[in-house]
Amino acid sequence: MILAVASGKGGTGKTTIATSLALSLAAEFTPPPLFLDCDVEAPNAHLFLKPTFEQRQDVGILIPRVDEAKCTHCGKCAEVCQYHAIAVLGKKTLVFPQLCHGCGSCTALCPEHAITEIPDVMGVIERGPAASGIPFARGMLDVGEPMAVPVIRQLLAWAQPEPGQLVLRDVPPGTSCPVVAAVRGSDYLLLVTEPTPFGLHDLKLAAQIARELDIPSGVIVNRANGSYPELDDFCAAEGLPILLRIPFERAIAEGVAQGRTLVEIHPEYADYFRQVFAQITASLP
Amino acid sequence: MKIILTTSSASLDSEVDPRFGRGAYLLVVNTETLEWQAHPNPGASAPGGAGIQAAQFVADQKVGAVLSGDFGPHAFNALQAAGVPMYVYNEVRTAREAIEHFKAGQLQQLDAPARGDCDHEHHG
Repeated sequence: MILAVASGKGGTGKTTIATSLALSLAAEFTPPPLFLDCDVEAPNAHLFLKPTFEQRQDVGILIPRVDEAKCTHCGKCAEVCQYHAIAVLGKKTLVFPQLCHGCGSCTALCPEHAITEIPDVMGVIERGPAASGIPFARGMLDVGEPMAVPVIRQLLAWAQPEPGQLVLRDVPPGTSCPVVAAVRGSDYLLLVTEPTPFGLHDLKLAAQIARELDIPSGVIVNRANGSYPELDDFCAAEGLPILLRIPFERAIAEGVAQGRTLVEIHPEYADYFRQVFAQITASLP
Repeated sequence: MKIILTTSSASLDSEVDPRFGRGAYLLVVNTETLEWQAHPNPGASAPGGAGIQAAQFVADQKVGAVLSGDFGPHAFNALQAAGVPMYVYNEVRTAREAIEHFKAGQLQQLDAPARGDCDHEHHG
């Protein structure tokens, strides 16, 4: 089973929830759940689960290289590239590596076979054991690289679970391509939100992704002090169960700021998270 | 000489559009006869690679110069490869003024990109 933790809005507590959920379930499962930090633009789950990375691998895409001696500047490559990563300008064919998505269309369609593909490294994927014997893997995009998706895809392909092993994916914030790449293929989407207009606005967008990908989902409300009926009304109307509410509390904020997990700050949360997980599995066919 | 300039509407009396890749119109003008033709900028609504798309259009038109307020690094490299000289508007306000200044040799020709980096978001 693959469980993804997403939010839409950043800073709602995805990593706080995902890491404590992993620790709460680690003792219950053999092997313990596989934890994947898919937020490759700003991975931070390692601060809480403290892995020792034993394996690492460069990742990236294949980008075109044009052999000017063979190129007739026919423009076919520029015409098929929907990202405008290759342009024919007079007697020159230019490649713009930062716009290339590595689809290979230009190479495949060049009538002169003037294009070959060369690797363009965009980041690294790493794995190793973490706290409570949790196998941990993450991707990290290089500074200045604009595209997170290839790194996420290669992380998911590389860090495969054992048969029957539970997988927890810590998803990036937002609702764009990297989020879809990290959520796709999961069996359940746990949406972490906060009772604010911004939190609700982005929860609505994230819930649309879940619906579009046909993934059952539920909500955890973090910093859940005071009343914000709009959030409860939305969840009720959408059929999204609210699985847990975590209060806005100074002790939690201070503990997390020191790199401690929620279950270390408040050990009783281990039970709450096991109950959340039981509710999720009970809801699935 | 045939030149191209970025404008905010389809007219010779239009205000200039300072953006190259995302400027609203590319105005193709004959500087002797002032005959003109306006083309919606193919880069204006592109999710990414706007400057390259606009530069590709400019290169295909085989013009003697291109005038805009700002050329990003991708557009600069593309236009340089195409061998199209780039000029910047600075204080010029309308397309007609820009053409007069260009003909009088009063516009600055660019030899490096106007900006160090592109300012839009990329999505995978």
